[in-house]
Amino acid sequence: MTLLHLEGVTRTVQLIDAPPLTILSGVNLEVNVGDRLSIVGRSGSGKTTLLNLLGLLDNPTSGTMLFEDRPVQSLSSGARDRLRGREVGFIFQQFNLLQGRTALENVMTPLLYADGRQFWQRARIATEMLERVGLGDRLGSLPDRLSGGEQQRVAIARSLVRGPRLILADEPTGALDLETGETVMDLIGEVATDSGAALVTITHDPAIAARSTRHLRLDHGVLQNSSPVPV
Amino acid sequence: MNRIASNLVGSVIEAWQEVRIHRTRVMLSLIGVAVAVCAITTVVGLGAVAQQATIEASERSGGRAASLYLSASMNDGSTPTGMPEIWRTALERYQIDYASRVVNTSQTVQFADGAVPVQTVGIDPPYGTMHRITLEEGAWFTDDDQTRLAPAVLINSVFWDRLGRPDLRTHPTATILGEGSTTAVITGVYRALSWETEPAMYMLADSLTALSPVGVDQNFQFGPPSYELWVPVDVSEQLVTALQRDVQGALGSAASVQVNRQDYAAYQDGDPYLPLKLTVAAIAGLVLLLGALGLVNIALVTLKQRIREIGIRRSFGATAGRVFFAVMMESVVATVVAGIVGVIAAVLIVKNPYIEDFISQGQVTDFPPFPVEAAVLGLVCATVVGALAGLVPALVAVRVKVIDAIRY
Repeated sequence: MTLLHLEGVTRTVQLIDAPPLTILSGVNLEVNVGDRLSIVGRSGSGKTTLLNLLGLLDNPTSGTMLFEDRPVQSLSSGARDRLRGREVGFIFQQFNLLQGRTALENVMTPLLYADGRQFWQRARIATEMLERVGLGDRLGSLPDRLSGGEQQRVAIARSLVRGPRLILADEPTGALDLETGETVMDLIGEVATDSGAALVTITHDPAIAARSTRHLRLDHGVLQNSSPVPV
Repeated sequence: MNRIASNLVGSVIEAWQEVRIHRTRVMLSLIGVAVAVCAITTVVGLGAVAQQATIEASERSGGRAASLYLSASMNDGSTPTGMPEIWRTALERYQIDYASRVVNTSQTVQFADGAVPVQTVGIDPPYGTMHRITLEEGAWFTDDDQTRLAPAVLINSVFWDRLGRPDLRTHPTATILGEGSTTAVITGVYRALSWETEPAMYMLADSLTALSPVGVDQNFQFGPPSYELWVPVDVSEQLVTALQRDVQGALGSAASVQVNRQDYAAYQDGDPYLPLKLTVAAIAGLVLLLGALGLVNIALVTLKQRIREIGIRRSFGATAGRVFFAVMMESVVATVVAGIVGVIAAVLIVKNPYIEDFISQGQVTDFPPFPVEAAVLGLVCATVVGALAGLVPALVAVRVKVIDAIRY
């Protein structure tokens, strides 16, 4: 089943006193349920811009983008926000945990924007999620009391707590040492497999990219199929 | 419906988390709001006490609302002889329970240092309730006092001091000089007003009249007796007309009868404390405004630090409306908490016995409860300030670009 469909997508930005800058050009991409996709590219190649488009944080300048066959551009801002909250989970390089909140409160945060059972039982759901990532004993810990690996695990629990069907990981191991990064990627892969979600990883670490089943390279805003780089 | 409920609850939770996490800056920024709310609420609360003091002081001198005064005299200046019967008939006809004759006179009382003229008011037992007279010692007149052989008198504290403050349980007496000397029993002491320096006393009107069997008029040195009635306000005008008609009719055209309302409420137009209340409220409003500006300032500064957080929240599905509402709610939740603190402080101030005594100046017997409208006003002010102060940061928060915010 196709989750995301991009066809001829471009993204340009208007610059003051300069011609428009094309960041993405003619991107065609299909992400299916359960896919393991890695996108590699140099700095400035447009990886994060593509991730923002896939995560419904940004709109294409032109082209077609469908999320579960619904044209994303025609959705209202609120509808897009709600769709993102429900279907997309972000894992950031810098973890982006909310400071001053405990691990449990961080994981509960996405559930504050849900409704029904997810909202009213958010503490229980968040606790289960943290137990699942091995942090059942650190529920009340603040981010600055957690190691980098633990912080990323909290971030993973937070991104998956609403059961998204698309997980977008932006350099998820960029702030971790090699060993911890391996452990974290194992965990992301495991949780994504369990939930059946598609996992799109943006990285420039060949070892991380090699874990995916589909490999894409972004070069000067153009997306191409690529072979895994031997580690 | 479910989404509305969860959005509302979720926003309040988010707001409370923010207030909790940034409690130091919130507390600092809210001190001004709390002080202003406290000031506004205290002004209204103390105003109620001061107003009650004024009312009670007015009621002591002029009677409660509505007090009617009836006076009658013959055209030749003499006292109408049939008045006692006409008075009784009128009270029975209109079923008036609170009514009293008032006879102002002076009696000579023998003190240890000589005979002194003492201002004496002859009244009936309901007069005490009608004029809110409270006693420092002893008890007010009862119907039983009418049958005493030695008349009962209630003296003021100046009189009592002059006697050496005897214990009323020893049944102290005073000698009233006249045609023959009369021994009166002192049954109670009332507090003299601050400007009263001379002895004064109350006697039952019948006892006073009986003091001088020679001639009734002799007792009425300050004119014929007047008659007071305490009646419901809504029927007072009709009773004025009816009493005027009945008494005039009974005495005939040779008499002059006047019935009118003379209590404070008949003359008072509006709240006498309004100028003072408005002045203090204006100052409190200014403090509130400054508090709000401080709140806006700090909220805007901290918002810069929270842009990344807003971006993260947006990435997890927070809509622009939700962010707007949550940021505004932070301000509202914080100011409501400050408002509650301010109102509690105001209650503690207003209901403090020392403050109550100071404001009432001993004039209040029925202290009003803390006015609910004052508490509501304080909380409404706090909420409105919170909403207004939260508006600017909320608008700024909504304009944050999610992508930029996450990278901020």
